[in-house]
Formats: sequence, structure tokens, C-alpha cells
Amino acid sequence: MATIILLSAFIISIVALVFFIVAMIRGWFDPDSKGAEVIFAANEIGNPEDPAASPEARKALERTSPEGDDHAPDPRELESRAAADRSTDTITFVFLSCAIVWLLAASFAGLTASIKMHEPDWLGAYEWLTFGRIRTLHLNALAYGFLPMAGLGLAIWMLPRLLKTTLVGGQFALLGAILWNAGLIAGLGAIAAGFSDGMEWLEMPWQVDILLVVGGAIVAVTLVLTLRRRNVDHLYVSVWYMGAALFWFPILFLVGNIPGVHFGVQQAAMNWWYGHNALGLFFTPLALATIYYFLPKVMGTPVKSYALSLLGFWTLAFFYGQVGAHHLIGSPVPGWLITLSIVQSMMMVIPVFAFSVNQYYTMQGKLRMLLHSPTLRFLAFAGLMYAASSVQGSFEALRAINTVTHFTHYTVGHAHLGLYGFVAMALFGGMYFVMPRVMQREWPYPKLILVHFWLSVAGIGIYFIALTFGGWFQGMAMLDATRPFMESVTLTLPYLKGRSIGGALMTLAHVVFAAHFVAMVLRLGPARDAPALFYVPKGDRA
Amino acid sequence: MKSEKVLIAGALVMIGIAGGLLVVIPFIQLKDIKPPKGLKPYTSSQQRGREEYIKQGCVYCHSQQPRDRRQAPDAERGWGRPSVAGDYYYDRPHLLGTMRTGPDLLNIGARQPSLDWHLGHLYQPRAYVPGSIMPPYGFLFDVKEKADPGERVISLPPDFAPKGMVVVAQPRALDLANYLIALDRTYPAIDAPEAKR
Repeated sequence: MATIILLSAFIISIVALVFFIVAMIRGWFDPDSKGAEVIFAANEIGNPEDPAASPEARKALERTSPEGDDHAPDPRELESRAAADRSTDTITFVFLSCAIVWLLAASFAGLTASIKMHEPDWLGAYEWLTFGRIRTLHLNALAYGFLPMAGLGLAIWMLPRLLKTTLVGGQFALLGAILWNAGLIAGLGAIAAGFSDGMEWLEMPWQVDILLVVGGAIVAVTLVLTLRRRNVDHLYVSVWYMGAALFWFPILFLVGNIPGVHFGVQQAAMNWWYGHNALGLFFTPLALATIYYFLPKVMGTPVKSYALSLLGFWTLAFFYGQVGAHHLIGSPVPGWLITLSIVQSMMMVIPVFAFSVNQYYTMQGKLRMLLHSPTLRFLAFAGLMYAASSVQGSFEALRAINTVTHFTHYTVGHAHLGLYGFVAMALFGGMYFVMPRVMQREWPYPKLILVHFWLSVAGIGIYFIALTFGGWFQGMAMLDATRPFMESVTLTLPYLKGRSIGGALMTLAHVVFAAHFVAMVLRLGPARDAPALFYVPKGDRA
Repeated sequence: MKSEKVLIAGALVMIGIAGGLLVVIPFIQLKDIKPPKGLKPYTSSQQRGREEYIKQGCVYCHSQQPRDRRQAPDAERGWGRPSVAGDYYYDRPHLLGTMRTGPDLLNIGARQPSLDWHLGHLYQPRAYVPGSIMPPYGFLFDVKEKADPGERVISLPPDFAPKGMVVVAQPRALDLANYLIALDRTYPAIDAPEAKR
């Protein structure tokens, strides 16, 4: 049984890979390689664009563009792009505002959980704040609050631009967001009160999960309706990622939460199929869609190899779905399942390599832009962390390494490198780009963007280094039977305190971000002139 | 890529393959597993205790899956033999866990069968395990001047006992402790029909 399954998995992998490589070479899906240029108006390539940059930074950005600045993009296309932006501004604003609220809630919950790890008696009398609940509130507020709200908000904003149309069925997205947030509030309340389904990533009671499935599916309706009204022949790479993610999530979440079906060890396998796919088939595609659109857009340079991005997409879709059982190495799930997941974890090197090589060649020779563009800094950092965390994850799945790192804080460090260093940072970058468009106003204090960036980078850096070393030493101590178990607890204490410092910096970064966001929305702070990059005067909008 | 149909169909095929491999096939393979002879169903108190274990999020720091001796010295730490699928026959939801901030608990009842120890340790872990970073679960207990008849007074080291008061366990603390004591999979796994792994 095991051999047959394993063998067929290998054969399917190879066949699928060959198929897509051939498809790519033959250009079955994409006869013209002009696909990457679809995000630019005629004659726009070479024009860097970053609405989050201060006027001085913007001038500097234009100087760094090797193509020079004598481009005049087609005004009609810019006009229709402005119309696309207007069609999404309310909906995107709702999604991103929710995202900010969940970001703050999740940050403080996480910081509380982190401090409780080394000060266990702190706030010990409050049942809803006990570690097992506040940690879960942190994860759920982030995974079902900030990340999807920001990711979907950006997706909805990008969609009409990418399809050169206006948003169709925006009211569905709005309704979806309302249902989703209602479900999330109920779910978090349930967890705080102790009602939990008991599985990591699937804690929210299945009754409230229905709201999230329906809400998510309704958001997908907007996608489908807008797709049908598209005015482009070619679907840009970001559309694939967003479209697939919107279909994948409701399926995953539904299967994961069906009550009364899963049992015992089988449920553990399902649990991690779901858990890793929430990362791999929902958060990762949303973040990649963000990077694939905004990075070339800011730089005024199309993605270098469009074929590579196609390969990256399909290999991610195939391999990422099957890596989940690497969370169960050493457990009594069937052995073939674990082996399969280890193999596919290693295969994940292919999509990551495809993305990273592409990013490198797209940015080559234009690294100075990082000095001037706040959006680009977030996106480039996120892209780097995608490569770092994915390669780390592939190796972490190998039995020899997993034996040390499994069951330790090392895994927690890895998870944060991926979800924060990569996904959250990509979404921050996208939000900095989008908000000036949505609000028709510049960020009032550009320096705060810099403060946010460096606090976040320092925070995640300290966090990751502390838990990586602490977790590794913890794992080594646990593997040495001559050392008492308590040693593996005591030795992690300095590292856990380090994690709290990193977490505090990240929380501070988010407070700065949220304050800046509020200042922008309430129109506080210095009002600068409408920047040259806005095509619609302020007065037209009301 | 020009067709959204190719995109959506491809995406569905990919997730279908993944779900088939990681969810459906294990389901078929494992659904006929029988419980080993030595495994008893949970009593209603133990089951309520298991729900309390879920409520307080014990799973985030404690695994319930000792590993094989060839991989890790779990058995030498007294955590028990490597578990088999049948050991979890009565477990819904599963609580295999992914962290060992604290020790594995699949056999905690075998190595620590004392109800008094568990109750005191839940009330204040540091009273029994110096240096422990486990959260205290004082809210599962009541501190009062005098215990009512039938209430279980817990014994605490003098430094940790409230002055002039007694600490009594709420029913849910007793349930939780009963569940922990019931965690005992020391019967031979070889009886289990699915012992081939």
C-alpha cells in the first residue's frame, strides 16, 4: 500500500512537472511573453511609482530609474486606472481598517502570551488570559483577522487594475467582509470563554466557522463577476494567485471543520494538511500576488521572466498542498504519509527558487531604489524572507533536523519568519502603496513609515534569532536522556525573554502604523499638495 | 495564461490531489482500526476533564505522542512506548500536540497516579516543580475558610498555602485531574491489530 502510494506520488509529481515545463516552453497558456507588461499603461515602463514616498524621495526615485523620466504614459489608460481605483476605494478601506484593528489585537495578545512564558504567574488569576487561550487568541486574530483582511483588501484593490475594468459586485465583497468579521468576533469570544474545537489552527467552534466559509465564498463571487467583465486578454500572475487562494480557502476551511467525520490519528493528518495549507495555499498566494504586482509597479520594470512565474505558481500549487504531514514526524500516522510530505517539502525549493531568481533579476541594477521607496523596502524584505523561511522549512522537514527542532520553540521562530517576515511585511508594503490612492491623500508623516519598517525588522530579527538558538538548544537537551527534562525548560528562559523584546518592538511598530493610519484617515497632520502621481483632483471625489 | 477556467480547474485539481493524499487515503486506511485490548473508554468525568484540557489549551505545551526509541529517548524519560494509531481510538478531537514546553503526557497517569499531586500541581505548579513555567490554574479552585462536606481540600507545601484558609478543588479541577490520571497507555501495543507501522 505504502509503496504504491509513494511511487504514484512520485510519478504524478514528475509527470505534472514535465507537463508544465513543456506547456511553458510551448507557450500553451501564454503564447506572447508580453504578459508581464500588462500592469503598465502604454509608454509607462520606466516610470517608478510609489504613492507612499515623500516628494523628495519621489524625485530621487525617478533619478534612479535608468530609463530616464521622459515617459508620458497614455492619459486615457491612466484615466481608466483612476476609475478602477475609485470603484474599490470604499471596500478596500473597510477591509484595511479591519486589518489594522486585528493587527493591534493580535500584537497585544501575542506579547502577553510571550511574557507569560517566562513570567508564568503574571495575570495568572484571569482565566481568559491564561497562556493556552491568549496564545490561541493571538494566532486566530492574526490568521483570520489581520492577514486575510489585509490580503483580501489588497486583492480587491488590485483586481480591477489588473483586469482593466471596474469592480463588479463590490457589495458581495462588503457582505463577505461583514460576515467574516462577525464570525471572527464570535470565534475569538468563544476561545476566550473556553469554547474551542481543540485543534491548532481550527480552534474556532465549527458553528461560527460557517460564517467564515460563507463570507469567504461571497468575496470570491466578486472575483468571478469582475473576471467576467475583464478588458484584458491576459491574466497577470497576481490574478492567478489571488483567484486560486480565494477558491482554495473555503474548501480547506470546510474540510477542516466538518464536525463528526475526522477521528484520532487521521484527524491529526487532516489537522496539519489544513494548518500548512492555510499558510501555503492562502496566505502565501495572497502575499505573492501583492509582491508580484507592487514590486514591478513601484520600480517601473516588468517582471523579468514571466515563464518562471508560471512555473512558480503551478509547482507551488502542487507541492505545497502535500507538505502538511511533516508536522507529524515521529507520530503514529502512516509512515508513507510522512515520507510523502518530507519529499514534497523539499520540492518546495522549486517554486521558491523560481520566485527568488525572478525577484533578483527584476531588481538587478536598481537596488538604489530601496533607499527612496518605502513600499519597495517592505516588499523586497518580504521577498527575501519568503526565500529564507521556505528554504529553512524544507530542511526542517528532514528527519535528522526535525528530530531536534520538532516540539521546540525553533518551529515557532520559523513560523514567524514566514508569516511575519514574509507575509505580513508584504501586506504592509501593499497597504502603504494603496492607502494614499484610497484616501486621495498622502501619508502625513513619511518618517513614521521608516520607523515602522525598522522596528519591524529589528523586532522580527531579535525574535527569530532568539527562538532559533533557544529552540535548537532546547531540542538538543531533550534528546540527551542524561539531562533532566527541566534543563530543557530552564535553558530557554533567556531566549524567551529575548523573544518578548522582539515581540515588543513589533507591537510598537504596529502601534506606530495604526496611529499613522488613523492620522491619515482623520486628515490630521500636514496637508501637502496633491502629488503629481494622483490623476483625480481631491475635489472630484465626494 | 489567458483562461480563468484553466486557472480554477487547475487549482481545484491541485487541492484535490493534496486532499486525497493527506485526508481521504488516511481516512480509508485508518477507519477500521480497533482499540487495543488494554484501552478503556473515558468515563464521563474523564471526558469532561479532557474538555477542560482543551479549554485551557494544555495541548499548546504538551504533546501526547511518545516517539520511537530509535528517534528520541522519550521512553527513557518515562514517557512510554511509541504510540500506535489504536491508542487514540476514543480521542475526538485528537490532542497529539506539537510542542514540548512541558513533557509528553500520553502516560502521565502511569508515572504520576496521585490525585493530590495533580490537584496541587494544577493550583500552583511551582509548589511541586521548582523552575516550572506552567501557568497556575488557581481559577479552577476556591479559597475559603472552611471546606463544605464532600469538597476536596488540596494539600499544598506551607509556603504556597494561603494563610488560615483552605483551597478546595472545583468539580472541573477534579475532572481534569481524573483525565490526567487516566492517561495511561502502558498496556502492550502488540495486542493492537494495526501494530504494523
